[in-house]
Amino acid sequence: MKSNKKITRWCIYLFVLGIILLGISLLSLCVGSAAIPVRKIISLLSKASDSAEYSILFNIRLPRIIMGFAVGGALSISGVILQGMFRNPLVEPYTLGISGGAALGVVLSIIAGLSRRLGGISLPVSGFLGAILVIILVFYLSIRKRVLRIQGLLLYGVMISFVSSSLIMLLMAISGADELRGIVFWIMGSLEQPNWLLIKTAVWVSISGLIIAYFFSLQLNALSLGEEDARALGINVENTKKVLFLLTSVLTGMSVSICGIIGFVGLIVPHFIRLLVGNDQRILLGASFLCGSSFLILSDTLARTIIAPTELPVGVITGIIGGSVFIFALTKFK
Amino acid sequence: MMNTLLEIKGLTCGYDARFFIQEINFSLEEKEFVGIIGPNGSGKTTFLRAITRFLKSQKGTVIFKGRDVRQIGFKEFARKIAVVSQNQPVNDITVEEFVLLGRIPHFEKMQFLETAHDFEIARKVMSLTQTSKFKDRLMRELSGGERQLAFIARALAQEPQLLLLDEPTTHLDIGHQVAVLDLLKKLNRECGLTVIIVLHDLNLASEYCQRLVLMREGRIYKAGHPDEVLSYQIIEEVYKTVVVVEKNPISLRPYVLLVPEEERRARSKKYGKEE
Repeated sequence: MKSNKKITRWCIYLFVLGIILLGISLLSLCVGSAAIPVRKIISLLSKASDSAEYSILFNIRLPRIIMGFAVGGALSISGVILQGMFRNPLVEPYTLGISGGAALGVVLSIIAGLSRRLGGISLPVSGFLGAILVIILVFYLSIRKRVLRIQGLLLYGVMISFVSSSLIMLLMAISGADELRGIVFWIMGSLEQPNWLLIKTAVWVSISGLIIAYFFSLQLNALSLGEEDARALGINVENTKKVLFLLTSVLTGMSVSICGIIGFVGLIVPHFIRLLVGNDQRILLGASFLCGSSFLILSDTLARTIIAPTELPVGVITGIIGGSVFIFALTKFK
Repeated sequence: MMNTLLEIKGLTCGYDARFFIQEINFSLEEKEFVGIIGPNGSGKTTFLRAITRFLKSQKGTVIFKGRDVRQIGFKEFARKIAVVSQNQPVNDITVEEFVLLGRIPHFEKMQFLETAHDFEIARKVMSLTQTSKFKDRLMRELSGGERQLAFIARALAQEPQLLLLDEPTTHLDIGHQVAVLDLLKKLNRECGLTVIIVLHDLNLASEYCQRLVLMREGRIYKAGHPDEVLSYQIIEEVYKTVVVVEKNPISLRPYVLLVPEEERRARSKKYGKEE
């Protein structure tokens, strides 16, 4: 009886959040410097054409929505997992230095001029390599006697973030005007991505990440009691920590290397959803994924419409809107 | 007929290279109620952690029902032995959700949701521990005594054969201390649950435990019936303080009285001799 009631409630949450995601995606398709009404979209969906509107919809807006879905979801569930694992509400995907590593990789490749020689794919690839290097470094620094020390992860991660951001500033100081523009543009983050291979990769990685995270949802619930109690409940704590660290690292590394540093999503969405649905990871993961996707797509829509045709960096919107809404929610709920 | 539930042979373990407990030999029969006592830092908690394998043993073995515990998987272990540890963190979940976490060891491999059976067990242990009445409140809103009962309920939801408790009565008033221990005694008597409990309060230990294990500097100093362990000579030797041991006129168990230093001085002056 009870169990059914809980599942019904969870399904309602997911259903409502799914509807919101669809609504926001549709809105994002319609609005922009060229407004396209919904009726038009439906007729364009049914038959391909080479009109300007078709091109705007399917080559510009749709890819951004799909990227927003994948990256918003990936960053949000990384935030949920890390906050649960560290039992620290201030941890977010960028805390562990992964974004710093990715940014450093990208900056180095911009300065070395790799993007001019190897094309657009070089930036995400070098970003991902940077992220992987940091993941390995933090992982090995934090491991003692085959035990992954959670506090170690946090401290080394934060230090590596500082070191890499200083290195980036150093590189920016000595780079030329053209490169500087490229670096700043990338660091501010954007969902614009013309490469369909990267878009597909992002979608696959984040959905697989969500599925893998679900296999560890009970372990995460137990870990909320602390490592010792989780172990007393029969959880293999060491394996769980390692798998979850690698999982969040890959999700974050993927997001940052493709879209740049889009802040706040991974910090705010988990908190917001926790206020709404409670602390159970089995609903928190799915709900955060959907909410993160909606939030990022909405922010991106605002970023490109507020002062159209000029586009604002999406990170600015996630910060300003996300932060204010969150402060409002906190004061309202508490 | 008595069956051996737990057998510990030559157990030595500790943190890093320092040995906190050394050469522990101890065996526990089914349905026993054993108290572990000893001064701070004598290795009581380490002893429990060694049984639960949270600390790896450097030497010796722990045998549970004829099997070396190192050969028992995490989940199976949690279905046999439950722990109520000290200084547990609390979080923003309701008491019922908290108790249901105790069912995790019983989940099948691909199971994500509690079954009706899990809810039934949770309901049962909550009514047993009298936590049903506040099952919808958040853990952090509970008082110390209520919280301790919720922790015991979660441990019972694991349906263990052996329950280990680390100072469950610290920070509780005497009413709640007695309530917690009465409950454990009832579970021991009526449900056949074997209990090992670490206690600081020698009088509670004396009243409730069939057998006491007194630890000093990581070793078992004395083990046996409270009458044998709680003599004033032994307590003064181990705790380095002066006590008077009397008999509780109702339960006939020993009880320990403290003697403050001022009183000691006054007495020795009165009788004109040094202690």
